[in-house]
Parts: sequence; structure tokens; C-alpha cells
Amino acid sequence: MEVHSGIEPMIHLTLFLLFGGICVAGAVNLLAQRHPINSALSLVVVMGSLAGEYLLLGAEFVAAIQVIIYAGAIMVLFVFVIMLLNAGEEERTGGSRVALLFGVPGMLIGTVLMAWVLLERSGTQAVSMGALPGPPKTIGWLLFHDFLLPFEVTSVLVLIAIMGAVVLASHPESVQQRNKER
Amino acid sequence: MLSIETFVIVSVIKIVIALFVLLTAVAYTVWLERKVVGHIQNRWGPTRVGPFGLLQPLADGIKFLFKEDLTPPHVYKPLYIAAPMIALVCALTSISVIPVGNWVTVAGVHTPLQITDLNIGLLLILGITSMGVYGVALAGWSSNNKYSLLGGLRASAQMVSYEVSLGLSLVGVLILAGSFSLRDIVEAQGGHFWGFIPKWNIFYGGQIIAFFIYLISAYAETNRVPFDLPEAESELVAGYHTEYSAMKFAMFFMAEYANMITVACVASLLFLGGWHGPVFGPPILQAILPIFWFVLRVFGFLFVYIWVRGTLPRFRYDQLMAFGWKFLLPLAIANLVITALVVTLRS
Repeated sequence: MEVHSGIEPMIHLTLFLLFGGICVAGAVNLLAQRHPINSALSLVVVMGSLAGEYLLLGAEFVAAIQVIIYAGAIMVLFVFVIMLLNAGEEERTGGSRVALLFGVPGMLIGTVLMAWVLLERSGTQAVSMGALPGPPKTIGWLLFHDFLLPFEVTSVLVLIAIMGAVVLASHPESVQQRNKER
Repeated sequence: MLSIETFVIVSVIKIVIALFVLLTAVAYTVWLERKVVGHIQNRWGPTRVGPFGLLQPLADGIKFLFKEDLTPPHVYKPLYIAAPMIALVCALTSISVIPVGNWVTVAGVHTPLQITDLNIGLLLILGITSMGVYGVALAGWSSNNKYSLLGGLRASAQMVSYEVSLGLSLVGVLILAGSFSLRDIVEAQGGHFWGFIPKWNIFYGGQIIAFFIYLISAYAETNRVPFDLPEAESELVAGYHTEYSAMKFAMFFMAEYANMITVACVASLLFLGGWHGPVFGPPILQAILPIFWFVLRVFGFLFVYIWVRGTLPRFRYDQLMAFGWKFLLPLAIANLVITALVVTLRS
């Protein structure tokens, strides 16, 4: 169903601000919460609102993948581990004065500098609707044609990381025990 | 072209109808299950409330509404209350992209028989399903009860594991149709080959293995027998919803059955040709028949669901994990590779 009216840009702007606001609020809540499970759920909210922003840019496929992979699969594993370890509330330290004195102004200056460089110096412009490579066909072509080698090398890298995690997680004694039993 | 006012009105009407039909279907799937399992076990099932016990779902609903809503004192309240809502909202939302028939023109408005036709329709369903895991996992954790926690852990591990083979079994169909839109996928299955066999993906696309992978993974995704380990009553009391009562329990219950119906709809659309079937007669019959064929497929799928429940015993947990990762996943990948190869060679 095609719908046409003059208020589309306004709806876009409203939704952009809405998702952006939820995203920032979720990120702040992630830091402010004391219980790990609440922090993990805030991260889910951040991921979900980022998917909303992708949707507004016309990259539906990326948005869907963002929800399925990040919000759906990876964060479920985070929550799973927190549940499994039954992690309690974290302790609060008083906070450091040095961080307050230098960290906050430093962050503000960094943000302003980055915004200035991006907007004024790099020649980039505000992204409009549909400017990103949205359709799955384009993304598939990029992954399996233009960037085939980096893509495959990354998968080997991930495999090595998984094997490393398995080796680190296994107890050497139990492996020896098992070998003896054989 | 529609004006924005008409669009909003039409959408609201469609949402109300879809939700009403879905919730009624949920209630009567419960009735159907009790009846069919009853007859499988040589019992009658519900008979007292209404003819054939047909008003039983209504009586159950009233009972759930008026029961005392107990909140145990040791639960983590915000998540304890949010968990059933997450489960139910995720279960009901996925109906929004499911088409039930062709386009119709009612009162001058030409509209498809679905709430909205997205070009990422199938991915949306997968995304919402993957968010539904949180309802179960958080219910188990926030109840602060060891049975609930074990049930929640089992459920989340099981759902994450089987989601992989479920997703991969669908990719073959996506390759054949070349689209994520459920309407496009169904329309690609129209017509016949060799004169009489319908061009459904299960026959024409050779996706019969994918169909069975989907069937098995879907049973595990919806926590149904033989994969109902998250609520295995002989070991975990009632699993993740042990501490829930009244309407909060009913929300989990409704979510489970709504998920079953969504799974049945997706199976009918992707593998069994959606609403395609013989269409004849006057215009009003031509509009209704596709919906009838679609509902018939969904009903058949739900019946098999219940049949399996009445037939198979429960898996052991290590068997469940080994089966998912060591058998279903390699099979799904092999099916995907072969389908991709055939499609490439054919074009």
C-alpha cells in the first residue's frame, strides 16, 4: 500500500529523535544500573533502537539482522551467562576525583571535535533515507564478491577465537583424566 | 494511492480483526488439543460446558481472570511482571506480517489480506521470535526459584540452539523465491508442473528435507512435546512458570499457543503453497476460498502438533542438544548448499 502525504519528513524526524533518545537513555541506564541483568537488558534496548534507526535509513535488512543477531542471539547469551553465574549486585566505589576533573571535560571536547571534523572537514553530509546499501542482494554481493577474502579470513579468525576459548575453559586435569581413562 | 487517514483507519480495522481471530484461534487450539489428546488416550476431553465442550475456553478464560493473582514475596518484581508481557507481546506481534489471502476490494479500498506486507516479513518474524526468548528466560530468573531458573536456562539454551537450524531451513525457500516478503514467496508457488502436481516448495523446490527440519525445530522453538524440557513436570514442577498464577500464567499459556499458530502459518506459507488451491464459483466464493485453503493447512499443521504430543515421549536434555547441533544443523547446511547449487545451475 502506497501512502503519500506531506508530513513524511516530520514523521521521519520525530521517529529519528525518538529512537535516538531511547538509545541514549538505554546506554545511560546500562551504566547506572547496579544489577548486571538490568544492564544487559538496557543493552538490548540500545540494540533495538539502533535497529529502528537503520530502518529509518531504509536499510531494512541490516535492521532485521541487528535484531536477530545482536538483540536476539548475542544478548540472550549474555543474559544466559548472568543467570547461570547468578551474578549479584555490583559494589559501588566512591568514584574518582581525577576522572571527574579530566574525564568529563575531555569527553565533551572529544565529542565536539569529532562532530566538527565529521561535519566540516571530511566532506560527508547528512545521510538521507535509502542512502545505505539496503537490499540483501547488494549486501550479499559486497560480502561474497567485493570483500570475499576479508570476509572468509574473519570467519577463520572467529573459529580460532572459539578454539582458544575452549582450550582456556577446559581444565587440564580433567583432560588428563579423560586421556587416562581411554 | 491512499490518503493517510484511510490508511490509518484500514490498518486499525485489520489489526482488530487479526487480533480477534488470533485470540479466538488460540482459545480453540487449546480446546482442540484437549479433545484430540483425550481421544488419543481413550478419554472424552471436555464435554460439560456447551455442546462438545465448545464453551470450555470461555469458562477457562473467566476462571483465569477472576483467580487470585499471587505474587510470591521473594521474586524480583519488575522483571517478574514484565516477563509474561514480553512473551505475549512477541507472540502476538508476529501475526502482523502474515498474509492470509489475495488482495480484496472492500468499500472502494483495495487492500491485501494482511496487516502489512513488509519486504523483510520473514526476517521480522524471526527477529520477534528471537526476542520472545527473553520472556521465558527472565521469567525463570526473576521467580527466584531453582525449578524456574533451571527451566528458564533450559528454555533459552534450547531456543537459541534450534533457532539456528530453523533459520537455515528457511534459507532454501528464500533462495527459490528470491524475496523475504511472505506474499512474494507464496506467489512464487502458484501453478502446477507435469500437469497436475502443485508448485509448492515442498514438491517443486525439493524442500521436503527443509520442511521436516523446520517442523522439528519449530516444535523445539515453541517448547512443545517431545521438546518440552523447559517445563518437564516430572523434574521441574512447571519449569519457568512455576511461580506464576492467574492471568500472568494465562499470558504464557496464550503466548505458547499463539506461537504454535504463527509457526503453522509460516509453514503453510513457505512450504505448502500458502492460499493456493482450486478457486471457483461466484466472486464472493472466489474471495473466501483462498482463505479457506490457507486455514485448512494451518489446521492440519496444528493437528499434527497435537498428534505428536499424544504420541511421543520427552527427549533427554543431552539428546536434545546433540540432535540439534550434530544432526539437524549439518543437514540444514547440506540442504542449503544443494539448493543453492541447483538454483545456480538452473539459471
